[in-house]
Amino acid sequence: MLNLETRNRYHTLLDAAVLTSDDPATIALIMISQVSPPLIVTRGDLRRLMQRAAAALRAQGVGQRDLIVIAHTHGLESIAAFWGALWIGAIPSMFPTLTEKLDPLIYRQSVGELAAREGVKAVFTTDDFAPLLREVVSCAVYSTAQVEAAAPAESGGVPAAPNDIAFLQHSSGTTGLQKGVALSHRAVLNHLASYHEAIALSESDVIVSWLPLYHDMGLIAGFLMPLIQGIPLILMSPFEWVKAPAMLLRAITEYRGTLCWLPNFAYNHCARRIRERDLEGLSLASMRLFINESEPVADESHRLFYERFAGIGCRREMLTVGYGMAENVFAVSQTPSGTIPRVETLDRALLEELGRAVVVPPDHPRAVTKVSCGSVIRHTEIRVVDPASGRVLGNREVGEFAVRSDCLLSEYYKRPDLQPLGADGWFLTGDLGYLADGEVYVSGRKKDLIINGGKNIFPADLETIVNQVSGVYPGRAVAFGVFDEREGTELVAVIAEVIGAPDDEGLRAINADIRRTVAARAGVTVSYVKLVDDRWLIKTSSGKIARSANRAKWLQERDAEGAD
Amino acid sequence: MTEHDIREKLRAYITRELIRDAKYPLKDDEGIISGGLMDSFALAELGVYVEKTFNVYIPDPDLTVAKMDTLDLMVVRVLRDL
Repeated sequence: MLNLETRNRYHTLLDAAVLTSDDPATIALIMISQVSPPLIVTRGDLRRLMQRAAAALRAQGVGQRDLIVIAHTHGLESIAAFWGALWIGAIPSMFPTLTEKLDPLIYRQSVGELAAREGVKAVFTTDDFAPLLREVVSCAVYSTAQVEAAAPAESGGVPAAPNDIAFLQHSSGTTGLQKGVALSHRAVLNHLASYHEAIALSESDVIVSWLPLYHDMGLIAGFLMPLIQGIPLILMSPFEWVKAPAMLLRAITEYRGTLCWLPNFAYNHCARRIRERDLEGLSLASMRLFINESEPVADESHRLFYERFAGIGCRREMLTVGYGMAENVFAVSQTPSGTIPRVETLDRALLEELGRAVVVPPDHPRAVTKVSCGSVIRHTEIRVVDPASGRVLGNREVGEFAVRSDCLLSEYYKRPDLQPLGADGWFLTGDLGYLADGEVYVSGRKKDLIINGGKNIFPADLETIVNQVSGVYPGRAVAFGVFDEREGTELVAVIAEVIGAPDDEGLRAINADIRRTVAARAGVTVSYVKLVDDRWLIKTSSGKIARSANRAKWLQERDAEGAD
Repeated sequence: MTEHDIREKLRAYITRELIRDAKYPLKDDEGIISGGLMDSFALAELGVYVEKTFNVYIPDPDLTVAKMDTLDLMVVRVLRDL
């Protein structure tokens, strides 16, 4: 396995166990679904599929260092396309899947804009979507049919240099703001070696994942790591899982899963929405770790999950926590295996107003709970800096996290205007928090960002969409996130000023239109819509809509209504 | 329980708990998920609610947007197995 001791034997991702070991019959991954039997993919199968995908890419004129975008479904075709690109030295990037909620024309436009901006050489998509995409994309577009027709030539992989870019991870946001995080072979291998130690990975581990392949946690922990390390991966579609969360526990039971990564909301989703009858015969006793990462961690979510599933073998110490970001490949810190993460109760006022993490008893009137994200993984350093002055802060002082490691990004792809690293190699994360006893505690974000179900959403993107809804006064919409304890994640709220004084039917139409348009264009569900007249919104002296002040006013009104 | 009772119970539950706006005038044929009113996550919650309230079990493969997108569709599905 790739670990801190064997690291120097690995040069590129093509040294992955799934490609180099001479046991083609060993299982690489199993794709499970509720509507079809399990699809077992051996290492030999994956190599064949990869060779065919590579041949299809070559037929499109794709060569070394060319960027290809995979805008296909969550399945084996995308996986083969990714490895096929790596095999010929091209740079793959997974793009979000077209869902039933998204408008296909808007989705097509997003792919087209990305392709033009980043100089994409080819886009791989479904047979159905390819003709639509070809109308707007100037690069090559190929689909499943062309891959199936490709004749794979037995060829060796194209050797990349360790510092070459292996792949890109795209951040959320509208395409104009999207950044392609470029990660080198060296960075990814360094990360996996350190992470091996952090989670005490072993050959007997089995990973079970429902995470999307385009998301950093899904891409690294739920896709690349198991294939590189040679650990079985049990994969299911996120779209099936959200509707049937018991699938995950069934897969853990059936395949004796040991590792599973979940964003915080997923603990609530499983605890609240798995039916009692679906628990019959299930067992979590094989599990070593559930790892909560990708959005703020709530201790309450762990408590809910534990209480619901203790009867089928869940133990409190299985529920661990990590903190990470695509720019560091994935993880920055991780709580130790076999121990319950520390939880601190702090004085909320001192934390928010003075930036000091002062521990108070749990029954303190201003108590707020923070869960430790553990200590940094090997070869990653973290420090907290004052966002205004850049001064390095001390223990329990809140500031912005800066990270330095041997696995940071190479660049934001084709964005020379964005220099991610300072002269001394530190990456400013944009996350706020503090360090205590060497452990990382996250408390917020420097810039407005909504994290809904592990997905990063920029409020400005949503406001732009709402401003175009008929009946909304352009420029007078505000979007923000509100943490919801029941869901274990932030929900999206929108306040929009309406033109004139519409009647009830008019207001209903605007409300429905806002929800429908945001869902179709951004793939985001708006949980709260408040339509207001021209006196409601708080503006700054320069006439700008003040997001945080309007959020505070909305929360105050909601609390007052709740108290009535 | 009449069809009307089922429809109104579902409407009240969906607007209050899933759309989070009890005053939202949800129409019988309005696309609840396709219209962005609730997430497909909520389909799993609906499955739990329907079983608890009407004692009707809707298997996971039936909890889809195509089969459960409107109040009309849900009412028909509940009545089928009531």
